[in-house]
Amino acid sequence: MNTSLSQASLSRRMLINGAMTLLLTLCALLAASVLLAILVYVTIQGLPALNLAFFTERPLPYGEVGGGVAPALLGTLTMLGVAGLIGVPLGIATAIYLAEYGRGMLASLIRFVVDLLAGVPSIVVGVFVWAWLVRQVVGNFSGLAGAVALAILVIPIVTRTTEELIRLVPDSLREASYALGTRRWRTILFVVLPTARAGIVTGTVLALARAGGETAPLLLTTLGNQFFNLDLRQPMAALPLQIYSYAVSPYEDWHTKAWGGALLLIAVIGAFSLLTRVFSARGK
Amino acid sequence: MSQLQASPRNLITHGHRPRLRARQFTLDSGFEFVVRALALVPLALMIGIVALLLLNASLAIVRYGFHFLLDSMWDPVFEQFGAAPFIFGTVFTSLIALIVALPIALGAALFLSEYAPAWLREPLAFMIELLAAIPSIIYGLWGLFVLAPIMRGSVEPLLKNLLAPIPVVSALVEGPTIGRDFLIAGIILAIMILPTILSIARAVLQAVPQAQREGMLSLGATPWETIQHVVLPYARPGILAASLLGLARALGETMAVTMVIGNSSSKISPSLFTPGYTIASAIANQFTEADKAVYFSAIVELALVLLLVAMTMNVLARLLIARVSRGPKGARL
Repeated sequence: MNTSLSQASLSRRMLINGAMTLLLTLCALLAASVLLAILVYVTIQGLPALNLAFFTERPLPYGEVGGGVAPALLGTLTMLGVAGLIGVPLGIATAIYLAEYGRGMLASLIRFVVDLLAGVPSIVVGVFVWAWLVRQVVGNFSGLAGAVALAILVIPIVTRTTEELIRLVPDSLREASYALGTRRWRTILFVVLPTARAGIVTGTVLALARAGGETAPLLLTTLGNQFFNLDLRQPMAALPLQIYSYAVSPYEDWHTKAWGGALLLIAVIGAFSLLTRVFSARGK
Repeated sequence: MSQLQASPRNLITHGHRPRLRARQFTLDSGFEFVVRALALVPLALMIGIVALLLLNASLAIVRYGFHFLLDSMWDPVFEQFGAAPFIFGTVFTSLIALIVALPIALGAALFLSEYAPAWLREPLAFMIELLAAIPSIIYGLWGLFVLAPIMRGSVEPLLKNLLAPIPVVSALVEGPTIGRDFLIAGIILAIMILPTILSIARAVLQAVPQAQREGMLSLGATPWETIQHVVLPYARPGILAASLLGLARALGETMAVTMVIGNSSSKISPSLFTPGYTIASAIANQFTEADKAVYFSAIVELALVLLLVAMTMNVLARLLIARVSRGPKGARL
């Protein structure tokens, strides 16, 4: 290392430095431009699909004018709602345990397992719920199975976000609460959580929005549906599944609808990503 | 640090108080009990996933043993289940993805942490976060309608012309280009794992102590020499971890790959232009056909293989990251 530094002439070293600076800048530009290319393309292709029928009608057979993704929206919202009811309390409770109580072996184990759970490929979660709920408990593809799969995907994300945000709450607030004679559980529920509330809410919604974009686990659990269905024991439509079936169809009109659905998904996820970022920046 | 901050809380809540009100005490410990019990659910879930997959895959595991991983014949009609082509497809596409994505991600991460002006950092970091949040179905859509035609029309013929005359390398570009193959799947995966690698690499680079850079610069090194001799060696385990996590994500990706890989269980071939299957895309394509118990069991075993590989990589990556945050021996300031 020392020899390489002293032997090379200064101009040569400056040249290499300049070249590498350029190269690294190009890498960053390339990464950013890929994102822009995808966003711009999805927007251009998707905008023409967004009309009233797209949001209110069910998918129609090819040849009929109109048709939309309404059952898919309804199905996605229903399954996300149920997934949220299961996954969010679990995630927040785990985060409270890890941030406020967790010390020692058990806490490290749980933190490790939450990380592992976040790394489980979503298709594996799909196969797990398929083998368990679809084939053994319920007996057919169902909205409930889809919701459970989404809940499993949501738990680790909610736990991580919430734990991080709870840790951002200054200890002085806790101490002030204790000083007033408030018990620990009240302090956590009525001082710590409300302080971090805005961030936790947006982080949770972002986690749900991301889960709502998952396709593979839903394919294996709820399969999809062309009709309106609110019965959790039956297959449900979901936006990503609808995008998939539109995309692999041979029809131009359906491809446009697939892009429309994609645009909708990106817009929702992008909006909540931005909000989460605003809140965690404010916390710091 | 956290221990220090936490200690006053301990004193106040667990410290000896002569007149505890019984009701409050019960609520406090009751709350802790509930929270602790709920925190055990992720643990139970993880154990449950592994146990249930093992149980359901046991038929195929007992019947085929290691042949499941080594045989290259996947024929549900004759109950032959050798997953080697799927495993090959998974490894092949993921490696293409890593080879394409790692240099670009690392370069961009270095730009963000070492060169980018402060006003540019946050917007760029947000864009990368957004790129990571885009659902895989959208990458699939884009791959299917934008990337695949470009690859088939211009990039792949170009590659073929370039590489075909070279003796050994020509095996990579054998066969016709049909717009559904390992290479396109690999490129889509590269785009998908780019933000994963980038964001972890960026965090790792930010963990390199500023004093290390300043020391190097004060000795007269150029910024690139600082990166080369100080920043990169310091961050090396973390960059390895970032690659592992990117690779783990690529292994498990399903929809985007399914849409561009062709889904045909062909023979194992080194050509980039072969249409094939990955483990994940095989599961997604075949689960509805799994009527026979042994077919079902074989598909669950595919998921189990995927899970074990992904978990191993995640654990390794976390160990490496823990090492970076401690810093190399003797380099601590």
